[in-house]
Amino acid sequence: MAEKEQGCELFSAGHRACGGCGPALAARLLLKATGKNVIIAASTGCMEVFSTPYPETAWEVPWIHSLFENVAAVASGIEASLKKQGRSEKVVCVAGDGATFDIGVLCISGAFERGHDITYICYDNEAYMNTGIQRSGATPYGASTTTSPAGTCSPGNLLPKKDMPAILAAHGAPYVATASVAYPADFMKKVERAINTPGPCYIQVHTPCCTGWGFESGETLAMGKLAVDTGLWVNYEIVNGKVEKVKKVRRKPVEEYLAKQKRFRHLFKPARQDDTIAQIQAIADANAERFGIDIKAKTPSG
Amino acid sequence: MLEFMEGSHAVAEIVKRCRPQVISAYPITPQTHIVEDLAQMVANCELDAEYITVESEFSALSACLGASAAGSRVYSATTSQGLALMFEVCFNVAGMRQPIVMTIANRSLGAPLSIWNDQQDSISLRDSGWLQFYAEDNQETADLHMIAYKVCEDHDVLLPAFVCFDGFILTHTYEPVSLPTQEEVDAYLPAFTPYQRLDAANPLSMGMYATPEYYMEFRYEIDRAMQRARQSFIKAGREFGEQFGRDYSGLVEGYRLEDADTALIAMGSICGTVKDAIDEMRDAGKKVGLLKIRTYRPFPAPEIVDALKGVSTVAVLDKNISLGNGGAVGTEVKSALYGSGVTVYDYIIALGGRDVRKRDIAAVVDLAEKGKGDMFYGLRTEVL
Amino acid sequence: MALRVGCAAPPGRARDNKTGTWRVFKPVFDPETCNRCGMCAMVCPEGCVRETEEGTFEPDLDYCKGCGICEEICPKKSIRMEKEEK
Repeated sequence: MAEKEQGCELFSAGHRACGGCGPALAARLLLKATGKNVIIAASTGCMEVFSTPYPETAWEVPWIHSLFENVAAVASGIEASLKKQGRSEKVVCVAGDGATFDIGVLCISGAFERGHDITYICYDNEAYMNTGIQRSGATPYGASTTTSPAGTCSPGNLLPKKDMPAILAAHGAPYVATASVAYPADFMKKVERAINTPGPCYIQVHTPCCTGWGFESGETLAMGKLAVDTGLWVNYEIVNGKVEKVKKVRRKPVEEYLAKQKRFRHLFKPARQDDTIAQIQAIADANAERFGIDIKAKTPSG
Repeated sequence: MLEFMEGSHAVAEIVKRCRPQVISAYPITPQTHIVEDLAQMVANCELDAEYITVESEFSALSACLGASAAGSRVYSATTSQGLALMFEVCFNVAGMRQPIVMTIANRSLGAPLSIWNDQQDSISLRDSGWLQFYAEDNQETADLHMIAYKVCEDHDVLLPAFVCFDGFILTHTYEPVSLPTQEEVDAYLPAFTPYQRLDAANPLSMGMYATPEYYMEFRYEIDRAMQRARQSFIKAGREFGEQFGRDYSGLVEGYRLEDADTALIAMGSICGTVKDAIDEMRDAGKKVGLLKIRTYRPFPAPEIVDALKGVSTVAVLDKNISLGNGGAVGTEVKSALYGSGVTVYDYIIALGGRDVRKRDIAAVVDLAEKGKGDMFYGLRTEVL
Repeated sequence: MALRVGCAAPPGRARDNKTGTWRVFKPVFDPETCNRCGMCAMVCPEGCVRETEEGTFEPDLDYCKGCGICEEICPKKSIRMEKEEK
């Protein structure tokens, strides 16, 4: 099935992302879904840095970057201004997991609590990638990052992934969704829904990072699919507080996903860390239980 | 027409007349009456603005930045701890050349926590690229807001501004103020025409990053804009005088300075006390005067040198201290007067709301003339 | 060229940066086996896979970084990454 192209590329080539960059793909797909009538507010991070070294910008739509942690507040101001001026551009925040889960929590909470008509896209590559792969609140259990490294007395990050979608749904956001660049049509549909839903909407899109996670650049989408297939990433929507449209899978064991990434290599070499692998499997199982992602096998009695 | 009103209320009334489209401010003592008055005006449909009840000062200025970049005239107000929280955003706003006007109800910085007045807060951001104007009384406070918008929005300037007035001393004090009508303000301050804005019809990337190849030139450009702000202020101040009868074309203003041997230099409400003290000292035969600094940034060095020709001793009253190096204004005055032969002494005074009387001003003049200076004035040695 | 106030810039200049020079591997597209699904064009992070007049696809080698996502995603295996001879 050929996806309908939106004419011109609003995120132009010539940007300085690593080859195979998940976030770069997310930016392209985002703008295909929004079209031209949009104002993008960006936080400091990989996407901002690889797309706007003065004077080369890859953005063909209006775009503003202020600081690392304030994109939701900047967007609140833009939204208020457009309202006063009677303008129709959609206001879309684009920020990494670092800017969203951690340092930007103040601003995103305020913006969502106030109910501004904005869409917030968090591209989740699960660490502070731009500064060199440091741990964020989105880093999954057991992953090695430079500030939560695996070592002789540590199995890497021992802290759970913060549940941002639930937090923002609890703010009363009318539409919250998770997505993955491995399912581009689904991501674009969710973007379209978010920008056309009045109020603050949030999409957390999984954007595997070949450089930070340690896999071949061509495997970005395959890695995203594996994350979904193992249950470590779940694609779903929360509409007015209720979970809907969960993507169901024939689940694979987490080991298939972990074994392919350098950030989990310490779980296999020099020796297998069965405890930690089991704990990660338990997280996947809990996700499966909570969201109902397992495709049920047909029983003989129907 | 003169009306007797609280300083904060005068600010709210004048800001209303400046027609901001977006107001984004976080309450903090002693600025609260300003933001409360503005909220009431919006609630009564007297002011047609979006009022964002932000969750912190950091977000307040960030929201102002967004709204300004999208093409709206904006307003905020803060002080002390709130301004300190905005530190990062302040540099960002100036670098992004957004003409934001923000009232600073000057208050000391903790620790220790203090809600009372000094000028440490705004002075501590003197490197940020914001213009800084200091008001002596509530009339000047109101007037400087109109002038600030005009100067900031000048396409030759495009810098943000602090309009500073002393917390409690001016914010909560009732004084007679002449407020212009809406038509009069509209005639002085036309609608905001942004130099550039976020607009799908004309896309632009704002706030890109600058490599070492470009950064220095961007900073140079901001400094040049600061220098152009001098002329812009003088022009806007003169036009104000022509329209309203109160002239603000001076970056500095002398009081009984013409034949003075000793000059005091100060900013803000303390100038009122100083003027009264000078009158008394003059009656007693002393040749003393005041040089009031109105614009602290850009720093009016040439104007200071010019105004103090003939003066032999200068006493700078600093309601702040650059810890480890004396008062900020004193240091900069000394730098401006370097090589002129004028003796300059710096007095750290009135920190954290410590009251200043006419007799304190006379005591400072006395100390300066006896060659005693560069000190804290009025320390309570009994508690040390 | 004069600096733009506030470190701003209009769109377009990113295209001055020809990222094709980064490449080690080059994608080779086989129009014979292409089923015209368009997935390669959809998922290229550079947006540099374009449709030909025949409805098949080809890479813009000025910008292609040789990441290999198109090879991995193609359902007909009609894209092959080859080491580029420089």
